[in-house]
Order: sequence, then structure tokens, then C-alpha cells
Amino acid sequence: MRQHKLALCGEHFTEWLISYTERAIEKYSMFERGDRLLLAVSGGKDSLALWDVLLGLGYDVEALYIDLGIGDEQYSEQSKAKVERFAAGREGAAYSVVNVKGTYGKSILELAQEKRGRKVCSLCGLVKRHIMNRTAYEGGFTAVATGHNLDDEAAVLFQNALRWQTGYLARQAPVLPSTHPHLARKVKPFFRLYERETAAYALVRGIDYIYDECPYSVGATTIFYKELLNQLEERSRGAKQQFYLSFLQARDRQGLFQQQLAQLELAECEKCGQPTTAPTLCAFCRLWEVERD
Amino acid sequence: MKLVYREREWELRGGLTARAAIKKIGLDPEAVLVVRNGQLVTDDTLLNEADEVKLIAVISGGVGGSGHSQGRLEL
Repeated sequence: MRQHKLALCGEHFTEWLISYTERAIEKYSMFERGDRLLLAVSGGKDSLALWDVLLGLGYDVEALYIDLGIGDEQYSEQSKAKVERFAAGREGAAYSVVNVKGTYGKSILELAQEKRGRKVCSLCGLVKRHIMNRTAYEGGFTAVATGHNLDDEAAVLFQNALRWQTGYLARQAPVLPSTHPHLARKVKPFFRLYERETAAYALVRGIDYIYDECPYSVGATTIFYKELLNQLEERSRGAKQQFYLSFLQARDRQGLFQQQLAQLELAECEKCGQPTTAPTLCAFCRLWEVERD
Repeated sequence: MKLVYREREWELRGGLTARAAIKKIGLDPEAVLVVRNGQLVTDDTLLNEADEVKLIAVISGGVGGSGHSQGRLEL
């Protein structure tokens, strides 16, 4: 781990990663002992590694797997199997599954086919956020945790900065507080860890994760930006970490993008009760409502 | 030594560090982990002629897709 000027054996590396994560949780006041956490798991290395770490640290965590019905290369089936396998081999690993087609009548792919102009990734994000939020609210969870790592955050920051999307730049953070009773607090305990580190943790811990990426992520711009940032990292050790963490510091200490941080007026969706900026139905309910018409 | 990445294989002479071997076959050391003879090793490890090395891709994708963070309020 050249960015930390550190090289560790497997055993000490896992100890280091767990400790580093715990320090991030405490430093950024993400959640406390006794809080109930809802962890979004995909079957990938980051979410399963985070599940492992949180269980090891003794937090009260329940995982949620959202079955989007991606049949290409049996992606959903295979990724769900990884979640099930992890839980079967780990004491105390509680989880639930929400099947999008079973619950709402259509899979993500069927919805994308009907909604010309909406990409699968866009619908996927909207649907997952809604379901996670709803599950957290209805289940009385303190926060929703995701396995986003530093490479993820740096790539998003890079993309937003390229286009100066000041609204997004104002809001990107490792902790998103709840600003409405039905809007869950969101935390990213792995946000300071490089993707290579979370992958190494999963390997050393023997966590069986889905190796292949979602077939719809092929060619995703996020991957392209990650590759660019890795080239930068190769030339300048620690560059990714510095890029993202310094952004957070500079923004928060210097008050950058404050105008874009204006509090949005949130109403409650007439159908599901979740917060929305729209006058009647939230974006998620509008998605299904139009189809029924 | 044999290097394997996804479904591709390369035969290289021993005596290279893992990092040098990765770069030699055109991959990015930041984007892979090195498993030598079944064990994860650091990229400054010197590889031997008889080693079987598997390179594990670590980049995951499609996160956020459109580049927005969870702060994006599509509500």
C-alpha cells in the first residue's frame, strides 16, 4: 500500500483494514454501538467485505440484497448466491432479499425496455435507492451503509468536476445525514480505502464474491475514470486519496458550493410517503405509474 | 512463469517483480492483485520461473453510472 507507505502480511493487513475502517466510522460519526444498520449488499467484494468487517466489529447490521432480475449471464442469480453463501458461513449474518419483479411486477430490464431513453444503470440506481430507503425507514434502521470505496468516490468526484456539476459537488460526502423522517442517513465506511485494499481483504478473508461485473456496466464511464485515476496514481503515489480527501477538506473548511447546498423543499409522495421534490408522486412511483397508464 | 488474467495467459521468464511483470503484459498494477501459487503477494515480490501467477482484477464499475453521488436528489 504505497499510498500509506505500508506493506503488511495477510493477517496484519486484515487487522489494519478493520482498524482503519473503525477509525473512519468514529472520526466521521457515522453510527454508534447499538445503532441498527442496514447494509446494501450486491454480492461484490466491497459490500461483502464491509459486511464481514461490521460483523467482526460487533455492530448490529442486517444486509439487504435487491434482486433486479438481470438474467444476462445469470448475473442476479449468481450475485445473490454469493450473498447467501456468505451468510451461510458467517454466524450472525442476517439478511433479507427484495425481488423487484416479485414486488413491483417488472424486472429492471423489462422496465428499461419500456422506458426508451432511460438506461439500465439509471433505473437501477433509482430503484435501489428507493428500496434501501424504504426498507430502512420501515425497519427502523439508523443508517444505510454501502461499500463505496475511495476509487468509487474519486471517480464520481472526477466526473462531476469535469462538468462542474456544482449541485452534486456540494453534496458528495461519506456521510449524508437524514433531512427528512423518511430519508435514511447514508454512510460509506470504506470511503478512505482503495479498491485494491478492499479486494485484498476479501481475498485474504476467503470471501467468495462475484468476480464478473454487471453486464450493463461494460463501458461504464466510471470504469474509464477509474482507469485514468489509476494512471495518475502510478505516477504520483497517493494521488487518488489526496484528490478526494483534500476536496472534502477544502469544500467543508472553505465553504465551497454553499449556494448549491440550499435545502430542497421535500414533500411526501402521495403513493409511498417517501420524500420527493415533485408535487405529487416521487420519481420511483412515477416510473411505475406511467406504465400502468 | 505463467501469468493468467481473466481468460488470457502469458509465459514470461522468471526474475521479474510482480509489478514489472504486470506492466510488461500491458496491465495496470493499480488495477490488479497478484496471487502466486494460490497466495496473495505484494507487487514487489520477485517471481520465479516455476511460478503460476493469477492476476485478479479489482476495478468494479457502474457505480452511480451517471456520475452523481448519493447526494443526487432524484426524488
